[in-house]
Formats: sequence, C-alpha cells, structure tokens
Amino acid sequence: MSSLYEEVSTAPASDVPVRRVTININGENRTVDVEPRLLLAHLLRQGLKMTGTHTGCDTTNCGACTVLFDGRPIKSCTMLAVQADGHAVQTVEGLATASELHPIQEGFKAEHGLQCGFCTPGMMLAAKALLEENLNPTEDEVRWALSGNLCRCTGYQNIVKAVLWAAEKMRAQAGQE
Amino acid sequence: MYPSRFQYESPKTVAEAVALLDQGAGEAKLLAGGQSLVPMLKLRFASPAMLVDINGIEELRYHRFDSDGTLRIGALCRHEDLEKSDIIRQKQPTISAAAPLVADPIVRTRGTFVGSVCHADPQGDWAATMIALNGRIVAQGPKGRREIAMKDFVLGPFQTALEHNEIAIEAVIPAPQGVAVGGYIKLERRVGDFATASVAVALDVVGDKVVRAGIALGGVGSRTIDASDAAAALVGQPLTDATIAKAAELAAAAAEPRSDHRGSADYKRHIVATFVSRLLNQIHSSKEAA
Ligand SMILES: Cc1cc2nc3c(=O)[nH]c(=O)nc-3n(C[C@H](O)[C@H](O)[C@H](O)COP(=O)(O)OP(=O)(O)OC[C@H]3O[C@@H](n4cnc5c(N)ncnc54)[C@H](O)[C@@H]3O)c2cc1C
Ligand code: FES
Ligand code: FES
Repeated sequence: MSSLYEEVSTAPASDVPVRRVTININGENRTVDVEPRLLLAHLLRQGLKMTGTHTGCDTTNCGACTVLFDGRPIKSCTMLAVQADGHAVQTVEGLATASELHPIQEGFKAEHGLQCGFCTPGMMLAAKALLEENLNPTEDEVRWALSGNLCRCTGYQNIVKAVLWAAEKMRAQAGQE
Repeated sequence: MYPSRFQYESPKTVAEAVALLDQGAGEAKLLAGGQSLVPMLKLRFASPAMLVDINGIEELRYHRFDSDGTLRIGALCRHEDLEKSDIIRQKQPTISAAAPLVADPIVRTRGTFVGSVCHADPQGDWAATMIALNGRIVAQGPKGRREIAMKDFVLGPFQTALEHNEIAIEAVIPAPQGVAVGGYIKLERRVGDFATASVAVALDVVGDKVVRAGIALGGVGSRTIDASDAAAALVGQPLTDATIAKAAELAAAAAEPRSDHRGSADYKRHIVATFVSRLLNQIHSSKEAA
C-alpha cells in the first residue's frame, strides 16, 4: 500500500483526514490512503512513482497530465485522487506490453511525433480515446480530438501523422482477427 | 499546487447531498465536473471546509425530451454528452451548435452544463444558450424544489440565486411553440479560450413567421446580455433582409463590450452584429432549402 499525505511526508499528522481508496490502474487494483485534497496527477507521480503522467501547466490548460478515466480522457491535475475510488485509470505506462509497443507509440516513433516528449503521454492517451471510438478518423477529426493538448515543440504536423499511422495499423490488425 | 484541506463527502442521493450542504452552513461547496472549481481550489480562490461531490449520484446524468418537447438536462450531464447526442442534434440546434465550442475536448468529458450555469462566469457559453432559450433551473433544498428562471438565476459575476443548501438538479428548456431553429457562434483566439464575443440565437417558428425569439450575447459585458429588443424585433415577422438587419443593429446596441487583450470594444460590437446576421441568414436559407 502506498500513502501520500503531503508531498514531503509519508505519515499523516494526527489531524489529517485520510480516505482509503481502491483504483484500478492499468488493470491492477491499487489500494492507497490519501488525503482528499490530493490530486490524481500527484498520486500517480509522487505516491505511486508512475512518472509517465506529466504535469505541465497545473492549471487545466495543457493536457500533459491526460489519463483515461473509465476510458475517457481527463486532466488528472484537475481530479481529486479520492474521486477515482472504484474507477479505472489508464496511464501511458499501460500502453506497451513487455515485448511490444502499442501501435500509437509505434506511430509516434515512425512519424517523429515527438521532440522533447513532454506532451507525448497526454497526446497518446487522447489519441487512444479517439481511436477507441473511431478507428478511421479523418485528419480533421484527429486535430479536433487533440485540440485540448498543447505541444510546444513539434508544430503538431507529425503528431497528427503519428495518430493516422496508428489508426491504419490498428485497422490492419483488426482486419486480421 | 494543492487545495487547502477540506472534508470530502460523496453522497449517493440528492437528499443526502442537500443534507450535507445544509450541515455545511455556507462552508460547504458542491463539486460537479470540477473543471472550474478544482482550478479555483488549487489557486485557493476558494477554500471550502467541505466538498460535496455529486459525481456518485448517477441518476443525475441525463438529458431527455418530455413528450411535449420540454428538454431536461440533469446536473451530471457533461458537455460531451450534449456534443455527441443525436437527439440534441435533431431537436435543439442552439445547444447542439454550442456544445463543441465549450472549453476543449478533455474538459468537455467532465464539465457539466448545469455546473457551468451555476458557476455564472459572464463569459460562459451555456448561460447565453439558457437565456436565448428562456431556460430555467430546478433547485432542490431542504424545503423541497423550486424553479428559477434563468433571467433571475444569475445575480452577478459568479453569483447565483441558489441558497447555500440548494442543489441545481436540472436545467429545463421549454418546449418550442412550432419548430425550434437557432444556432451559436463564438469567436475564440484558440480552442479552450473563453469567448471574445459569442451570440446565441433561438427562434420558434410557425410557417415563415417567428413566434418567439431569444438572442443572448457572451463576452461583451460583465454579464451575459439578453438582447431582448433585438429578439422582440423579430417576433411576429418573417426573416427578411430588413428584419435581420434590424435585429443585428439592436443586438450590437445592447452589447456592453470593453476593450481588452481580446479586442477593442468597437471590434466586439461589430462582431456581435455580424454573428447575429450570420446566424439569422443561416436559419433563413436552411428554411428555404427545406
Ligand atoms: C481550460 C478550460 C477552458 C474552459 N473554457 C470554457 C469555455 O470556453 N466556455 C465555457 O463556458 N466554459 C469553459 N470552461 C469552464 C467549464 O465549462 C466548466 O466545466 C464549467 O464552468 C463548470 O462546470 P463543472 O461541472 O466543471 O462545475 P464545477 O467546477 O464542479 O463547479 C463550478 C461551480 O458551480 C457550482 N455547482 C456546480 N454544479 C452545481 C449544481 N448542480 N448545483 C449547485 N451548484 C453547482 C460549484 O459549487 C462551483 O461553485 C473552461 C474550463 C477550463 C478548465
Ligand atoms: S498539467 Fe494538467 S492540464 Fe496542464
Ligand atoms: S514534444 Fe515537446 S511539448 Fe510536445
């Protein structure tokens, strides 16, 4: 069990209220004690040491902290960890298997969809939510779905190409099954 | 950034939520989509002693039309539920046009229509649609339910007529008299920005005559503006070049824009006139095509 009360301390002061919550993270149930004011992004990064989820702006603007919450993209800097109790959260750590990258990750590699990589986890999860609904998106639909995620490096062109690349690969895989 | 400490409650029924707010005696705050409140907690613009999270009250997540055509939007209906709704696309053009323009796609998965109206940001998009559509809010408190017309609901920026122990449980849009036509246009600098100027138009039409009209303006004043003179100029009239020009002129006169980093007052007023005439012309030509 992992706990997080304040960024700096591992044990709560006696007057600090805590809640025990169970969150399914990338398919695995994690039970943690959290202070209600703890944000989901901070639980992931500091409490569970899953630093794949980035925090950029910390003001709900950039989308770097995007994770999937019951399958839909949310900004994890704007949800309390207690709110995830009993829900499923997917982070970038859950995309690849031990042996294979996810097609979205392959797409970002093949099409140079990243430079510094800071926005990339959020971009990939927003893309995953789109492709789960629509495996055959137009370029416009990709741009629209990613319009809540900011990138300061790429100029977006290659990110869009990466998602279209992944969509094509995922359609081919779906066709084979 | 961390919010300051609060007691967290996650009631399963509206009655429980009301009791908690009542017990909070003004120190409790309701948490809906959290897309305005959580950023405010983090910046410590708000530091309530208790948060009453209504996200566990699943029965509040709905939008539906009654058999008479009245639209009801529950307190947990998210922006994206309206954006993706076939029935909204078919029957409520003003809301359908505004839904994809609220915030950004990720904020829309959480933020709620009713929460946005309760937040009472003068630049919010849904307040403008509520005014144009003559909507009302159903509030539930310890003494039962009451209905508050949208024009009486917002008292000032970020202030509403709700008592501290009342929950807005749904928004109600009255059934149209005839056919509901309308639209929403918003000028924004980029996705997720609040409106430089926005216009909501909602008309009820019988034959070629407008029988009810609502026009509301966002981003051009310290409140959402009800351009009631512009709307009144259309009632009883068909849409023609002359009636459209008159409504656009009256709407621009009703705007109270201020010059800021989004544009000059004159520019915003010009945008209002342009958007009103663009929306009315769109409605006019789609009716002729039909
Ligand atoms: C990056 C970003 C961009 C945005 N852009 C836009 C935009 O372009 N246009 C726009 O209109 N909005 C925009 N918003 C705001 C967004 O639409 C919010 O979702 C909305 O303002 C609040 O709804 P919520 O459900 O998230 O409410 P919350 O944040 O949970 O609550 C907001 C306030 O309303 C109260 N409240 C909420 N629900 C109820 C209820 N049922 N009864 C009583 N009180 C209630 C809360 O106590 C709180 O005071 C943006 C937000 C972000 C983060
Ligand atoms: S860190 Fe969450 S939106 Fe920027
Ligand atoms: S790759 Fe650097 S922010 Fe997107």
